[in-house]
Amino acid sequence: MLETVILIVFAMIGISLLLNLWRLVVGPSVPDRILALDTMYINSIALIILYGMSMGTALYFEAALLIAMLGFVSTVAVCKYLLRGDIIE
Amino acid sequence: MAEYIISILLLIGGCFVLVGSIGLVKMPDFFMRLHGPTKATTLGMASLLTAAMVFFSTTGESLSLKEILISIFLLLTAPISGYMLIKSAIHHKLESIKRTSGKDNIEDDV
Amino acid sequence: MRLEARFSWLPTPFRSLLLFVVWLLLNNTLSLGHIVLGTILAILIPLATYPFRTPQPLIVKPGLAVRHLLLVLYDIITANVQVAILILGPTKKLNPGFVKVPLDLTHSMPITILASTVSLTPGTVSAEVYPWLESLPEGEDPSERYLLIHVLNLQDEQALIQTVKQRYEAPLKEIFEC
Repeated sequence: MLETVILIVFAMIGISLLLNLWRLVVGPSVPDRILALDTMYINSIALIILYGMSMGTALYFEAALLIAMLGFVSTVAVCKYLLRGDIIE
Repeated sequence: MAEYIISILLLIGGCFVLVGSIGLVKMPDFFMRLHGPTKATTLGMASLLTAAMVFFSTTGESLSLKEILISIFLLLTAPISGYMLIKSAIHHKLESIKRTSGKDNIEDDV
Repeated sequence: MRLEARFSWLPTPFRSLLLFVVWLLLNNTLSLGHIVLGTILAILIPLATYPFRTPQPLIVKPGLAVRHLLLVLYDIITANVQVAILILGPTKKLNPGFVKVPLDLTHSMPITILASTVSLTPGTVSAEVYPWLESLPEGEDPSERYLLIHVLNLQDEQALIQTVKQRYEAPLKEIFEC
């Protein structure tokens, strides 16, 4: 049963990634695109965790943690750039 | 038994993540779009990671609690990235839809 | 409001506890070696970074803080179900709006926590803290502060302001005693 559920959730996350990609392409403004990218980061963490579960290994945890941190830092950096025209003043 | 808990948590998490992305696509202006990803996606991720925690605790040889770290990290950082995004949106004077009330409450930034 | 900790070798007790727990969680172990190493790191890292920090109010009532945390977690779950229903429902019925909430808190740390809680709970995202610090004369504290929040479906402005103030701000004021 668990294999089927994991497959269904894989499909759900895949659809959300596609929806995010649509928002990323359509825009219309720059903050919209950043928001879409940020959501894609979070969804890819979900994908990695699910892949680890379907493979039965906990090795992918570190990758997920790193992506979470990089995603947050890059979102804040790009927003700061939009706000100030500079990241570190 | 554990299998049922994992399945239910996974499905709830997947639904919330999907709802967050639907909100991102469906809403008419940026400020309303922000609500989906900052809330629904975060709770969905917390639920997914709880499922992973139960999964690795029951299949692995020992208790595995480290997945909770990602949940806490996402719960802490989601409001901050949302705040930065809405700040840059106000700075760029993005249009909100017409029926938004209280637009005068926004002050011009320096 | 208390800015200084009781012991000078432990400037931020809660951050040290957090570091210790995160160290054990990252290594996913309870072995003696990691407990000792974690304790040493949890004492040394706050001491090393202490000079770079601006003093923040410390938690005075830990019991109340835990209770408030549980309340907020419960609110996050119920609020998310509400927001999911709002998102899936018809978009045309939503009345978005910007609301200004007057703040009683003065220190930046409690205000940050309040803004984050507001962002995570019912249909609201905090946007800005007014007045702008840059617009004031150097070193002057503003007499009144406001939190600008965006609401997904605004029904009763006064009720919303009351909820934010009573449910989330009042416990924070008590926890930090400021």
